[in-house]
Amino acid sequence: MDALIRATGLTKKFDDLVAVDGIDFAVAEGESFGFLGPNGAGKTSTMKMIGATSPVSDGELSVLGLDPTRDGPTLRSRLGVVPQENNLDEELSVHDNLMMYGRYFDMARAEIRDRIAELLDFVQLTEKKDAKIQALSGGMKRRVVIARGLINEPDLFILDEPTTGLDPQARHVLWDRLYRLKQQGVTLIITTHYMDEAEQLCDRLVVMDKGRIVAEGSPLALIDEYAPGEVVELRFPVGILETLNSQIEDLAPRTEVLADRALIYTDNAELTISAVTSSGLEPATVLARRSTLEDVFLRLTGRSLVE
Amino acid sequence: MVTPLSLRVFEAEARVYRRTWRGSVVSSFLNPVLYMFAMGVGLGSLVDANIPGGVEGVPYLTFLAPGILVATAMNTGASEGAWKVMGGVVWAKTWHARLASPIGIEGLVLGHIFWSAARVFMVSVIFAAVIAAFRVAPLFESLLAVGPAVLVGAAMVSATTAFTVRLKEISGLPMFFRFVVLPMFLFSGAFFPISQLPNWLQPVALITPVYHGVELARAIVIGTSPAVAWWVSVLYLAAWIVGFGVLCVKPLRKKLTP
Repeated sequence: MDALIRATGLTKKFDDLVAVDGIDFAVAEGESFGFLGPNGAGKTSTMKMIGATSPVSDGELSVLGLDPTRDGPTLRSRLGVVPQENNLDEELSVHDNLMMYGRYFDMARAEIRDRIAELLDFVQLTEKKDAKIQALSGGMKRRVVIARGLINEPDLFILDEPTTGLDPQARHVLWDRLYRLKQQGVTLIITTHYMDEAEQLCDRLVVMDKGRIVAEGSPLALIDEYAPGEVVELRFPVGILETLNSQIEDLAPRTEVLADRALIYTDNAELTISAVTSSGLEPATVLARRSTLEDVFLRLTGRSLVE
Repeated sequence: MVTPLSLRVFEAEARVYRRTWRGSVVSSFLNPVLYMFAMGVGLGSLVDANIPGGVEGVPYLTFLAPGILVATAMNTGASEGAWKVMGGVVWAKTWHARLASPIGIEGLVLGHIFWSAARVFMVSVIFAAVIAAFRVAPLFESLLAVGPAVLVGAAMVSATTAFTVRLKEISGLPMFFRFVVLPMFLFSGAFFPISQLPNWLQPVALITPVYHGVELARAIVIGTSPAVAWWVSVLYLAAWIVGFGVLCVKPLRKKLTP
């Protein structure tokens, strides 16, 4: 495989803390690659090493054929980054933020001006060109950051939790834009703790937990392998769930009792629901759904993604 | 790579400044006007009435003007070093954004010091013009005194930045201004000759950048001969700029690219 990124035994240590614990992965050109995991799984540390803004502690990492430690500035000139925090200049206009950023890449002003017009059209903010950042909504700010990350026409676009903290509507607008980028052949690296985001945007992903990669594959392949079929979710009034452990475990070969609900993995949700009813359980709500990456994560780590 | 990209940092700061320059120019103008009135009309006439022949042979206001020109430059440098760094590193985190571009830590520090020195230059030129307008000193000499003022300002930018990037708690900054910047402002020879200080305190004043800048500015404006050779003072201030500038790099690297 012609890899844009290749990591072998990649490790990040902060004093005694091992944030990334010897992970291996490769990303091909044009691919949309995701890192799924809860907070503290090591996703952001991995992104920063790829983006040449955090030194590699151990192992090998090659990005666009360059060594992030040795070729930092050259590598960064070819990357686009959407960091977890927007870090825009709130008091400046959208245009000035983008112009300023383009200048960091030593681009000519006229070239940046053309690029700004193009990008604002792409992120649907043309009419906000002269608005101050502080006057924009969270979703709009995020779109400005995406435009900023694309100003230098990067060969690789790195997004660290692109939609965390946004309302559902704003998230869908962003997903739509990112999906277009993907279709244009831009190589995307995305970290997320939202399973739906990973399912929407990633061709392939790794599931991370405690600095390690615990599974790898396409979203569908991962679901097929670790959580096939359907899920029945049962909710009970507060305080009752703990007393029902054994009864729930009898319902199916795989069940999970969480703090607020019980999950029953099954091939046939309808049959399971009738089994629930005939067993005498009286859940407050019953929900049947298809399995998601959330279930994969739960299966692999025994914990939920968003806690 | 470092030098041209540090110019981009300078340019970015100028773009930010363009938004607030009016207010900044007004206060840069009002500040020396207030000093000239308060010190000249108020304190100055009192001092001059009691010291025949003036301070170091000149009226108090003439003695004072080059002093507060330099001390104000020091204040400006300290503010730029403190608040700009807090904004970039802790509050708005715009410095993090810069580092995702080809700009490296060295370019960032260099551009920051360079821009802050430019801010000190602007403030000092306006100050010098006010001094001349009050006929305290001729315009040409006043403008020449901007040179040492900028050196002192830049020295304080470097030193304050090196301090700020090492802070764990922001509460360290008000302490820094209260116990380092303010005493330096008051006791480094700007308001009175350091010979007035108790003997044990004089060597302390001697190591401050303000003292050297004030001596240089006074030599230019009123022709006094400094106790320290002028080139020693210039080299000393340059050493502050470079030395503390270098000391900014490592903690910033640790903070911004852990």
